[in-house]
Amino acid sequence: MAGLGRACLLLALAVCAYGVWASIYGVRSGRLEFSVSGRRSVYALAGILTVAFVVLEIAFLRNDFTFNTVADTSSRTTPAAYRASAVWASQEGSLLLWAWLLSLWSSLALFLTRDRMRDVAAYATAILLGFGGFFISLMLFYANPFATTHPAPAEGQGLDPLLRFPTMMIHPPMLYSGYTLCTIPLAFGMGALLARRLDADWIKAIRRFAFAAWLFLGVGILLGARWSYAELGWGGYWGWDAVENASLMPWLTGTAFLHSLMIQEKRGMLKVWNVSLVLATGTLAIMGTFLVRSGILSSIHAFGGATLGVPFVALIGILIAGSIYLVVSRRDMLRSQHRLDSLLSRESIFLANNLVFVGLCFVIFWGTYFPLISEALTGQEASVGPPWFDRYTVPLALILVLLSGIGPVIAWRRATLANAWRNFLAPLTFALLTLLVLLAAGIADKPGAIAMFCIAAFVFGSIGQEFFRGVRARRAMAGERMPVALLALVRRNRRRYGGYIVHLGIAVIFIGVAASSSFQHASELGLSPGRSTHVGAYTIRYVRPTATITPKYDAAHTGSTLSLGAVLDVSKGGRHVATLNPSQGFYASQDASQGSVGSLIGGQPVSHISMDAGVTRDIWSAIQPNIEAPQIKRILTAGNRTLTPEDALVAIGVLARTYLQHPPTAQFHFIVSPLVMWIWIGGLIVFGGGLVAIWPAPSAVRRRVAARSRARAVRGLARA
Amino acid sequence: MSLVVAILTLVLLAVVLLVVSAPLRAAQRSRRESGGYSPAEPDRGGADLERDELEAAREAKYREIRDAELDYRTGKLSREDYESIDSALRAEALEILNRLETSAG
Repeated sequence: MAGLGRACLLLALAVCAYGVWASIYGVRSGRLEFSVSGRRSVYALAGILTVAFVVLEIAFLRNDFTFNTVADTSSRTTPAAYRASAVWASQEGSLLLWAWLLSLWSSLALFLTRDRMRDVAAYATAILLGFGGFFISLMLFYANPFATTHPAPAEGQGLDPLLRFPTMMIHPPMLYSGYTLCTIPLAFGMGALLARRLDADWIKAIRRFAFAAWLFLGVGILLGARWSYAELGWGGYWGWDAVENASLMPWLTGTAFLHSLMIQEKRGMLKVWNVSLVLATGTLAIMGTFLVRSGILSSIHAFGGATLGVPFVALIGILIAGSIYLVVSRRDMLRSQHRLDSLLSRESIFLANNLVFVGLCFVIFWGTYFPLISEALTGQEASVGPPWFDRYTVPLALILVLLSGIGPVIAWRRATLANAWRNFLAPLTFALLTLLVLLAAGIADKPGAIAMFCIAAFVFGSIGQEFFRGVRARRAMAGERMPVALLALVRRNRRRYGGYIVHLGIAVIFIGVAASSSFQHASELGLSPGRSTHVGAYTIRYVRPTATITPKYDAAHTGSTLSLGAVLDVSKGGRHVATLNPSQGFYASQDASQGSVGSLIGGQPVSHISMDAGVTRDIWSAIQPNIEAPQIKRILTAGNRTLTPEDALVAIGVLARTYLQHPPTAQFHFIVSPLVMWIWIGGLIVFGGGLVAIWPAPSAVRRRVAARSRARAVRGLARA
Repeated sequence: MSLVVAILTLVLLAVVLLVVSAPLRAAQRSRRESGGYSPAEPDRGGADLERDELEAAREAKYREIRDAELDYRTGKLSREDYESIDSALRAEALEILNRLETSAG
């Protein structure tokens, strides 16, 4: 069946080439049937890549190790669910996932715009098929997911233990959906520039896809942060890793665009800014994809040893050069129709927030790419770590959250100082009260955290006031009861109130970030059974060791040969709080030089953290058992000398028993972090608000009736 | 390549060709039936494009009118400011509606 997969890739490339030509020929010659044929090429591409993806999925599920990518990233002992998601664990499979998602989202976008902007859509079709052709070419010439080896190996390498977690199954599809959705506004933006149709229509068409890109990218980023915190052994949720940054940058510019496009819709302003943001967001998404696959990074996220850097650099170069040329050559058509009425207006606040978003993106871009460029030019490794990023992003984040509270209480077009003061009074009071409470609690030594808590309180105050006043106004107009009025208010003003909910969620996230960063207690030390340590207000006692042996061919969750850990008792003020069970899994390696017993546990060890999560705090623990202890080493050496690979598990059993009976001192890492859970809760609020904002408006029939009514009302006022 | 794979590939190719060529075949049929040039779908010239633009502008303007009213009712605008902004927005909306009627006419 690999042959079918390879045939699909060749057919897909041919369809892309034809579709690009047909779309451009159709729009330039006025032969619309060719433009439609080009659009149908996208649908055909989606169908072909679906077949290809199914072929690869079946190969993984059936353990067909003739497929190189199956042999490299799966095994018979890998649980079925992880085998299904192992498709995108490799460079080759993830390229196929990328191309497939691009074809699906492109098909949807072009289907929804099939009756509008024919010329813009035709150019967009060509660009999207160009992207598709690029990724398919990478698969055909550099990293083919359907490459095979005969005879097939008896067993595969297995899935990287770090990827054997539920969040890791969904994280790449969400992230790639975000990246591919970013290319749709880029394609339509370039299409609008090429067709010289820079009106409100293309903005309206791509708004929903820009929002969807923002949503998927944000969920992907949050899932990655959650995985980092809950599964990896370092205890953090954001490390300013280059690949994390690469996904954050298009999210920041995409968020800026979602705000500034409202100004273009209402006032016909910021056309150059908006089209530049759209192009930048799409380009940054491609750059994020490049980082992981270029081989210039060694990161848990990267597909190491990749050779795709040169094609990606070429593509990024074309995108940047093409974007600059199009914007500069069409600048006359991008002139604003109006000017700002007042500096004290929602438009001004949106402009300010755009500058902050872009500033944040620039800082992160500099911190991410400068070390890589410097290393490429000088040959010396350079690095920029979390302290550098925090120095510049923290103040910008404070300003951003503050603006998210100011914007809702300022009117569009213009506000007066008197009105602004009246609207700020309650939120400011709330913020000041928060400050007093914090100072009374004696935490004046954390100014950054205090500032964030107070600003978040200001945001809660302003958003709460907006909802309160909106419901009150609705009740005064319609006489509805409070719950009904609230629902009606949100339903009729989805964008506004969905946006307010998003702002609320952002403030909640930053409360969690500020608290967990500034008030964390951490400890790394060695403990023997029976000993205890204090972390913050908690006492953690090492009760006893644990050891689990996994039979060779089971469907165990971790797939480790041996898992060593500990039972920990957590108490506070003498009262039992929680029991934790951190462990470390030891996996088999393919390195025969480690010996028959050594190779059973000589692979990359993986930490399985144990956490007691709560609304007010998380207690996090990780263990690094000492398998270099003399009594353990003696068993390994003796086993390697005397046992065959078939009998080596006996030694593992002895090793486990010895560990339980004579446990050596183990290294522990403990963290007590306040309010971490509010980061995830805030994320749910943000995306819930996003769904509210993006939810389709009432039916077309009601819209037409409403439009006629409004038209009559407008004429009546004009005559009066 | 096995026979099954070859057959599946040919089937896929046939489906793709059918899907992608459908508009071209429809246009050819239409030309034969009309005896002259006739595009697969009606040509949407400048007037239709302008209509799309005006309809998008009209929807945006209605949203602005609603937003201004909500701003007033939630205390972000004084009555004087609201009436001034509302009149300006309604005048702009009326201009768009007039241009829509002209383009339809």
